[in-house]
This record gives sequence, C-alpha cells and structure tokens, in this order.
Amino acid sequence: MGSEANVFSHRHLLSMDDLSRDDIGQFLTTAKMMKEVSEREVKKIPTLRGRTVINCFLEPSTRTRMSFEIAGKRLSADVINISASGSSMSKGESLKDMAGTLRAMNPDLITIRSPHSGAPFQVSEMIERCSVVNAGDGRHEHPSQSLLDIMTISEHKEAFMGLKVSIVGDILNSRVARSNIIGLKKLGAVVTICGPKTLLPVNAEEMADGVTTSIKTAVKNADVVMMLRIQKERIGQATFPNLREYSRLFGLTSERLKLAAKDVVVMHPGPVNRGVEIAPDVADGPWSVILDQVKNGVAVRMAILYLLLGGGLAQGE
Amino acid sequence: MAGLLIKNGRVIDPASGVDEVTDVLIEKGVISKMARNLKAPSGAKVIDATGKWVTPGLIDMHTHLREPGYEYKETIETGALSAAVGGFTSIACMANTNPVNDSASVTDMITEKAKKAVVNVFPIGAVTQGLKGEKLAEIGEMAECGVVALSDDGKCVMDARLMRLAMEYGSMFGLTLIEHAEDHSLSGGGVMNEGAQAVRMGLVGQPKAAEDSIVARDITLAEYLDLPVHIAHLSSAYSIELIREAKRRGVKVTGEAAPHHFTLTDVCCDGYDTNAKMAPPLREDKDVEAIKKGLKDGTIDCIATDHAPHSADEKETEFDQAAFGIVGLETALPLSLALVDKKVLTPSRLIETLTSAPAKILGIERGSLSQGAVADVTIIDPEAEWVIDPSKFRSKGKNTPFGGWKVKGRADVTIVKGRVVHEWQ
Repeated sequence: MGSEANVFSHRHLLSMDDLSRDDIGQFLTTAKMMKEVSEREVKKIPTLRGRTVINCFLEPSTRTRMSFEIAGKRLSADVINISASGSSMSKGESLKDMAGTLRAMNPDLITIRSPHSGAPFQVSEMIERCSVVNAGDGRHEHPSQSLLDIMTISEHKEAFMGLKVSIVGDILNSRVARSNIIGLKKLGAVVTICGPKTLLPVNAEEMADGVTTSIKTAVKNADVVMMLRIQKERIGQATFPNLREYSRLFGLTSERLKLAAKDVVVMHPGPVNRGVEIAPDVADGPWSVILDQVKNGVAVRMAILYLLLGGGLAQGE
Repeated sequence: MAGLLIKNGRVIDPASGVDEVTDVLIEKGVISKMARNLKAPSGAKVIDATGKWVTPGLIDMHTHLREPGYEYKETIETGALSAAVGGFTSIACMANTNPVNDSASVTDMITEKAKKAVVNVFPIGAVTQGLKGEKLAEIGEMAECGVVALSDDGKCVMDARLMRLAMEYGSMFGLTLIEHAEDHSLSGGGVMNEGAQAVRMGLVGQPKAAEDSIVARDITLAEYLDLPVHIAHLSSAYSIELIREAKRRGVKVTGEAAPHHFTLTDVCCDGYDTNAKMAPPLREDKDVEAIKKGLKDGTIDCIATDHAPHSADEKETEFDQAAFGIVGLETALPLSLALVDKKVLTPSRLIETLTSAPAKILGIERGSLSQGAVADVTIIDPEAEWVIDPSKFRSKGKNTPFGGWKVKGRADVTIVKGRVVHEWQ
C-alpha cells in the first residue's frame, strides 16, 4: 500500500460496475488491515487527520451510517453527519442547492444515502475536488454493502471462482442485490437469484446465472445464501398476498438449509425480519455470518475512505 | 401589405401532389399565383429560394404552451416564437394548463392571447373537467370558441365508458379525441421505459403494455362506434402494429410520432440525464425502427413535437423527481429531415406528415399551397448544417437532450398569412 503502483485510481465509489477485479481486491486487502486497527485497544490511526468527511443520509439508516461514522473517526477524519429530517432538504431544498452548500464547506469526501436512484452520481457531477461515496441510492446500488459482503464471504471461502451464491428475496427493489450480483459475477461466482416473480426484474435472466422462484432450487448445493430484507410496504403494492405466505414460500428455515452445501454460510444485510425471510434459528445458527457482516462494515468503510482519499498520503505526513 | 414573391424554390405540396421548381406569389395574405417565371409586382419583396424547399407552413398538432398558469415555463407568445423559428406556422396547444382548458372562458382567453402570437394557435379542449377523468368538460361551448380537438393529454382517459361518451359527444362538433395512451395503473410510478436499462439504473420502468393496452381499447371503441380517435406520441412497436391492422379494417384511427421517439432510445437516460425523461418514455431500437416504418407506410399519419417546456429547476433534480418532457419546436425539423437523409421518407412524405396530415386530423383549413389558400409558407434549407444550442432557443424551455448535436436542415423563412415571422440570420 502507498507505493506508486498501488495508488487507487478512482475518485468516487458510485457503482460496483465501475470497479475491476483488482479494485475489489485492493478494497479487501486494505479492509483486512483496517479490521486489525479496529481490534486494537486504541482504535485510531492518524491517517485522515485534517480531512473532512460529510455523511449525508437522506433516508433512515442505522448500520451503514454508524459504520461510516466510526470508520471516519477511527481514521481521525473530521466527520459531520446530516440526516434527512434535520436537513434543509426536508425544507424543500433541491439536490442542486444541497450540493452547492456542501461544496461550499470544502469537504474531502461525502457519503450519500438517498431514496432516489442516481442521486450520488448526480452530486458527483456537481462537486469538483471531492470524493462521493454511494451509501445506497434508491433501487440502484449499495456498493459499500457489496464490498463488505464480499469481504465476509472471502473470510469463509477459499475462492470466488465457481462459488455458488444464491440471493433470495425482493431482487427487483434491492440495491444490495444489484450491487452484489455485479460484484460477485466479476469475481467469477455463479449467482442465482430467487424471489416471487413479481419481485424479479424483467431482465432477470440476463442479470444472473440462474433465476428461480423456488427457494429449494436456490438453496440446493449453494455455498452462500444471501437473504434480503422484505420490505413490508411492498405488501400494499400487491406483489405478494401477505407475510405469512411470503415466509412459507421464500423464508429460509433450517430444514431448507439442509439442501445447501455442508459448509454453507447464511448472510443478511439487515435489519432482519425474524420469522419472515429468515427463521430465528437460522439467523442465530452456526451458518450465520450476519454479525461478521456488520463488523466488516466498519473495516470496509475505513478502506473506502482510505483509498478514495489517496491512501492517506496527505500533505504534512 | 406589399406582396411577396418566392422565386425558384422546390415547391413541395403533398396535398396537391406538386413537387417542382416554381415561383409562389403571395398577395393580401393569400397565395395568389403559382407558376414559373413570375414577375414581382411593384413593391413586392422577393425571396430567392434557389436550392430550398417551399412547403406549406408546418403544423404541430401537439404542443404545450403552458399558459395560463405556468407562464414561467412558457407563454403563448414565447411558444409561438419558438414555433416560428422551427418553421411551424400553426400549433395546436394542449389543455393541461392551470386552469385546465375545459371551459369556454379559458378557451376564449387563449384565443384572445393567440391573436398577438406570431403563428396560428389552435386550442385543444380537455375531454374531462380538470383532466380528472370523471365528468365531461364543456365540450360544446368550447367548440363554439374554436377548439379543434379534445384531449386530456398528460393523462389518459382511463374510464372506458367516459372515453366512449366523449367520442360520441365530441363527434357532434366534429371534434376528434386525441388519446394519451397510457394505462396509469400499469405505468404507475414508472419514470422511464421498463427494460434492462431501467433495471441497471435502478429506476422504475413503464411497460410498453401500458401504451399498447389503451391503444387496443381505443381501436376497439373507434371500430364499434365508427368514430375517429387519434393516438398521440406513439412509442411502442406493438401499438403501431395494432394501428396498422385496424387501418386495414377501415377503423378511423390515426396516430402521431414525436421526433425524439424515432431518434433516441432509453440508453440516453444514462448518467441520469433528466432531459431524456419524457412521457411516453424513450423505448428501444426495435420501437424506433417500428416508428420509422409506420411513418413510411402511413400507419403513423404525422409527426408532432409534444413540445413540453419546463424550467431548469424542474429538470436539475433527481431523475425520479424530474418533470417529464422536452422542448421540440426548434429541433423537430432537422430531426425529421434526417429521415429523408436516411432514405426512410421521401421529401414529399415528410412534408405531408408535417402539414396536410395533421391539418386533416384537426379539420383545419391549412397545410396546402393551392391558389387562394392562406399564405402560411415555410422555406426550408435542407442542407444547412448547424449545431443545436439550447441557450439560443426562443422557447423559455431549454430542456432538450439534443444540445450540441450537429444537425442538417432548418427553416430559413417562416411566413404566416403572408407575413414573414422568422428569417434565419
């Protein structure tokens, strides 16, 4: 790290589409080192001292926001948080004006969580000399989540090439699914997507290596089963009749999990609807790596800040 | 007013089948003579149209002039100026103003303002009160005030019975219904075409079936009632096939296509470009091809701009929050001429789609250069190359995905009732 050849080539992190295999590898290597920092007694390194990171969360979030904040602080950056309810956007300020205001503060990096697909990309076009990280935009992408998921898998599996990963749930509306499909396919994993037909994209076949509406088919021989949170507001949109039926048809139970590879790992981006998409004994069981995901969330986000801000080679260091 | 003599132009008048180099003399606001080697009467202005096309004034049967209510987007005055620059001498304006043009008083206000506009403005009345799709608008009274057609454009008439009643009621006044074919229950929440591109961008798509199903319904009604219906801004290949079949059976269905729909696809939404957001949305390659074929074989009768000006603020925002629509009056002609360049349409067929075809659908006495006709004339330079610069638009709206495009062809001179209202500088 830090050598000329390894200087990270991206200013922003907006989509997994923009990353090469090597880029993903660089995030993982860096995150591993950052994880070590988080396990020290004094969990702080001076790398980003004097740098300003603004976390702009225009939609509710617990773990993503918290982990970006912790990540920034462990790297000694000055971290400012803006949330939807307390921000001028809730007073009707436009994206353009908000971007202008942020720019005027001279931040080095902005993370953006928005209910609108593309908003981080649009802000990145409006602000020069500042990195933008997509912390989840609408139904589009959630690249930092995908990177932490990939990191978690890498801790449990030898290789990605040929790894059977099944993603189950609301594929259509899930930014986590979209980023993971792109990222995992780049690494050579065989990705199957599964969910009610009403929650699969129109071009599902083009997106993934396998598409099924049967959770049994999806789980069978899978090395990794990634469950997605079912959003209760989707019921009102008539995409499925009720949670009970959804759970019966698409819930992950220990019985169903027997069909998977012996060393299967079960993932969930959280927050979990216990007893809906995932049975409590599965969520808490030996297969579950859900809390590893959260832990890796901090490490990956430290790596993101570190690499995007030039690997800490700031002036004066 | 002194006369105007247009010399040596290639006169293309599809309505009369004329396509030849000749002179056109305009006197007292009408075309007084068309023949070779005409001498200019004393005091008459002479325009040398050598190498140019002399056509009936272009007609756009689908514009949004935004007045009353949204004057910050466009006014009748600025919309008409924009039309003149684009070569249009007549424009029909949609009813989705505020208040909606659903009563005689609003129609009167529009026609009163239109008297000062540089081109002819023909108002289109709403089908339903407030475009709410519940009760019929005051169609008879609006007809007396001069509306030329009926449309809830921007919204589809979702209630099939109301659509039927409106077609029947409108027919008493010779008014055709113009349908914005979009089943809102199917397209609801969609901000672009449903397909791989929308999935990639994480945006909610509108399926083509939302358009196709309404086109099928309206054809069924038109056939059953033996009454006309016109489908606005066709964007889907299957809708065009439905119309082709219906026309073969003699159903009185007509259709229009907008230049952006035969020029661009949903890939143009890349980078969350809100200037590529419109209703109906940009579709896919096969739809673009189907529109061209439809224009060529007459399935699609005419080209209309769906000129939809918005303020910059309404476009400089998140894609799913941005307003639908683009301006079209000042870009329609070169984009349409590209179809001639690519040998999709003959010059005569192209001019027909922009003149006599829309005139016929609206039932207005325009769109022909015959002797004694109102002298609405457009002189087109089909070869002039220029770059589209939105900042120079006469329209208040600068919302176009065509900014910076190098195009060929433009209106050199636009003449309304014998008066030159635009000359390319």
